Amino acid sequence: MTNNSLPSYLSQSEAVKNRFTKIKSREVILEAKNLCKNYKTEKGDVVALKNVNFKTHKRELVCVIGPSGCGKSTLIRILAGLEEHTSGDVLLEGKPVNGPGRDRGMVFQGYTLFPWLTVKKNIMFGLEMNNIGANEAEKEASLWLELIGLAKFANAYPHELSGGMKQRVAIARALVVQPRILLMDEPFGALDAQSRAKMQVHLLEIWRNIDITIIFITHDLDEAIFLADRILVLKAHPGEVQELIEVPVPRPRSTTQFNSPEFLATKARLEELIHPAEPETEPEQDKNIEQHMIRFVNVNDNVE
Amino acid sequence: MNISSWFVVRRELSQNKRTILGICSFLLPLLIWFMVSYVPFVWHPMMRINKPGGVDYFQIGMLVDKEVFAEEMDNMKSAKQALPEGAPANPIYLPAPVDVAKALYTGFTTPPEQKDGQWLHQSLWHSIKIIFSGFFLSSIIGVPLGILCGTYSAISRLNEPFVEFFRYLPAPAFGALAVAILGIYDGPKIAIIVIGTLFQQILIIANTTRKLDYALIEAAMTLGANRFKLLFHVILPGILPDLYRDQRILLGWAWTYLIIAELIGTTSGITWFITQQARYQHFDRVYAAIIIIGLLGLGGDLILALLGKKIFRWDRPANKE
Repeated sequence: MTNNSLPSYLSQSEAVKNRFTKIKSREVILEAKNLCKNYKTEKGDVVALKNVNFKTHKRELVCVIGPSGCGKSTLIRILAGLEEHTSGDVLLEGKPVNGPGRDRGMVFQGYTLFPWLTVKKNIMFGLEMNNIGANEAEKEASLWLELIGLAKFANAYPHELSGGMKQRVAIARALVVQPRILLMDEPFGALDAQSRAKMQVHLLEIWRNIDITIIFITHDLDEAIFLADRILVLKAHPGEVQELIEVPVPRPRSTTQFNSPEFLATKARLEELIHPAEPETEPEQDKNIEQHMIRFVNVNDNVE
Repeated sequence: MNISSWFVVRRELSQNKRTILGICSFLLPLLIWFMVSYVPFVWHPMMRINKPGGVDYFQIGMLVDKEVFAEEMDNMKSAKQALPEGAPANPIYLPAPVDVAKALYTGFTTPPEQKDGQWLHQSLWHSIKIIFSGFFLSSIIGVPLGILCGTYSAISRLNEPFVEFFRYLPAPAFGALAVAILGIYDGPKIAIIVIGTLFQQILIIANTTRKLDYALIEAAMTLGANRFKLLFHVILPGILPDLYRDQRILLGWAWTYLIIAELIGTTSGITWFITQQARYQHFDRVYAAIIIIGLLGLGGDLILALLGKKIFRWDRPANKE
């Protein structure tokens, strides 16, 4: 495939352009200012994030993508308040973030439903933590169960659910307390391809209908393009912003767009940004691997 | 039946095989006991005298070593006197299973040898009270402290180094001290069980608490749970099934301290019964009492395990157990 046949990923149709102007005119929900994170290890200081700057506008869906070791998980954990940053600021609607709180919901890659609570009680958990009466909490939870299509499983325990169902509940559990922003750390990473595709569509549907801003971490390029308004591309060692790409694929999104020129152009750009960096980002130990493959089969016995 | 299907590495057996093997685990030792007791050429190092013959100190029913019997046989032969007769027998300290089975019943129906003595069931009840008092006292300190140690590093560092040291001190070593402080009755016995259980309990429960998936705590924090609520709404319910399992193991631990604890001060409970019966050489009743302790321990644990399955339906490992 030659990139010549594709349009530039920077060229946007009129509708897309208007959409971005509209998004940018909205208030800023979350802002990272010169965000830095250093770790102290035995080998000395490691810079995980260096001068990360970006803004997320109201009801925007931003994906964060980058090679392994680029600190994308560290970034979202800092935004959630689960880890402290070394310097810089995280501002939620202008106010600095201090520790985790209900204003920033989070969906994790691993399944973090409380195994001792039923699906419904899991959704009610956040409400109860915030001293909302049991009656109202139950009403809210029932509504959300209806929304995510799991009303039948209200009284099931998490271990009885499939991976996709668990993440549906996790999303509902995070959204029911009405956070300003939803942080998602590779939430569909553990799912098989089919459930993952379903969940992507499901997430867009929720996002369309609810006042929520989303930051979504992924390492899957297709997933990022399919979901995002803008894609924050990080590079590794140290974790820095490489580019903030405005996805030219028009909305509403559908799976038929995977082969559209805008989609392919964006993907080509992402690959260009992420893959050349790969040899650099190879873990130290992997560089020591030297393969010496010897042929153990008959010369005529070819599989390729 | 295919033999290799019984020995697949780390694979669960079918329910049938599990039941069969479970029964066999009890039948095998029982079988050995039966063989030793009832097959004359297996062991039987003694002779029970049926007819004393010419040996003046032999009496009917007396147990003598086989060598002594053979020697006296030779003596009588050379002296041309009446030969003694006897049958192979086991020493008095190994009663036959049927005798022990009978004692299991008669132990409860036989009144105590002394006037102020206790019936078997009274002794048992006393022992059970000692165990549960000790375990309860240990738990009301050990469980909260263990959970706090597992939750807050500061509390853990302030406690655990000393607890680590203390748990190596054998509980019976505190026997004399306990008597001096708490008198000769139940006090020191309960104290020994507390000392034997508490320090292990703190460490085990602290570890169990630390094993709770930290991601659950993080998830709760992003949902607005404060520190106080984390403890009561995440950590406590999250560790409850494991805590329950720990308590079952620790209760077993407490049982093993029972006999030593009851020897301290005035001997009491089942230990009193056992030493008393041994004094009268009623070894069948000694065995019966020991078996009862085992049955109480195992039975109690089985009931607790079943109860646990009912209570913690959400806990998958427990359901598998």
